[in-house]
Amino acid sequence: MPRSLEQVLADVPLLHGLSTDEIALLAGCARNVRFGAKDFLFREDGAADVFYVVRQGLVALELYVPGRGPVTIETIEAGEVLGWSWLFPPYRWHFDARALSVVRATTFDAACLREKCDADPALGYRLMGRFAQVMIERLQATRLRLLDVYGNGDRR
Amino acid sequence: MATATVADARGLGAATPVPFQVVTRRRDTADTWTLELEPASGTGASVGPGQFMMVYAFGIGEVPVSVSGLPERGGGPIGLTVRAVGRVTEAICASEPGTVLGLRGPFGNVWPVDSARRGDVVVMAGGIGLAPLRSVVLRVLEERRTFGEVSLLYGARTPADLLYTDQLADWGRELAVEVTVDTAGADWPGRVGLVTKLLGPARFRPAQTTAFVCGPEIMMRFAARALLERGLPPERIQLSMERHMDCGIGLCGHCQLGPTLICRDGPVYSYAALSALLEVREL
Repeated sequence: MPRSLEQVLADVPLLHGLSTDEIALLAGCARNVRFGAKDFLFREDGAADVFYVVRQGLVALELYVPGRGPVTIETIEAGEVLGWSWLFPPYRWHFDARALSVVRATTFDAACLREKCDADPALGYRLMGRFAQVMIERLQATRLRLLDVYGNGDRR
Repeated sequence: MATATVADARGLGAATPVPFQVVTRRRDTADTWTLELEPASGTGASVGPGQFMMVYAFGIGEVPVSVSGLPERGGGPIGLTVRAVGRVTEAICASEPGTVLGLRGPFGNVWPVDSARRGDVVVMAGGIGLAPLRSVVLRVLEERRTFGEVSLLYGARTPADLLYTDQLADWGRELAVEVTVDTAGADWPGRVGLVTKLLGPARFRPAQTTAFVCGPEIMMRFAARALLERGLPPERIQLSMERHMDCGIGLCGHCQLGPTLICRDGPVYSYAALSALLEVREL
């Protein structure tokens, strides 16, 4: 028996702890989507009018570097959030997001969600706190990778 | 423990290199090679997973190298995976079959693989840290049924820096093998991110799991913390430490870490024994 969108959202780590009413509110801005391998979920400088929660598959966050081609910055997998540029103006994507396999995701309409958060600041605060947690985790991981810890060590 | 034809660490071979001949040489990455060596003539001793040899390129110098391939029971070549980063390691990597190198050892303690039996196992490797863990993987595969869930979580700099790529696929038939890299081009179909992120989907029962971790020290520090957060007891998190080792027998003191000499007391320590020392920046 197919699960309702509310049931799907209740399993999303980002939304753990939200009330049933809040999940139902968010579900009003959400729908399930599917991408084939190599499909782009979004492109750099495109309008950031959605975000995704990946339910299945792997997504590469890429940046096109002249002379090198596309470079994968990070991959996003099942259970993780993809996209936070919808939170702040100018609401444009900074990277490309490309499916590395068949990807099933739940997408949230940004304008719809911002409107609901404006109308219910408590919900907006909780949601923003969860996104801040995701951002901090990725920032810390990126800082560690900047160290290039697998570079050459003892030069004997 | 496997029998190798190499001088016993407690005997003459501890101080005097024993001639070994390179029998095979395989390129793993642009700067890393795996050599298999057999004694030109030798005496018997044991080599365990996690131990290291002092490898002498005659006339150039000597470096410590972890054993990546244990001799078969009853004899056989020793496998050494070496990254060419300086004069000595470049000379070792350039050693064609037939070249004679000097080996001392084996030195150090072993990964406690036997005490991990009947429980789950997480092997976490960063970069060339997979080399000393390869012997753990092979030992687990020898008696796969005596272990529960086994995961190999491996992080490298780029896809081109991944070691043992052909073997990873084979191991993946019997273990959960998950790989990630720090950066990659669009042709890489796998994960990009920190190795600790691979712990998220890994299946294991924390209280009954032993983790074997090897890589750059900072990677091991964060890996140990992530394993603790998942509920592993600190005494079941095993780390292989690396310091500048020159003698291999606890005399020169170059590998001292606080009260311990890594060549003599290590290189394998539990996080319970090591965590306080890892926090001391002066060490």
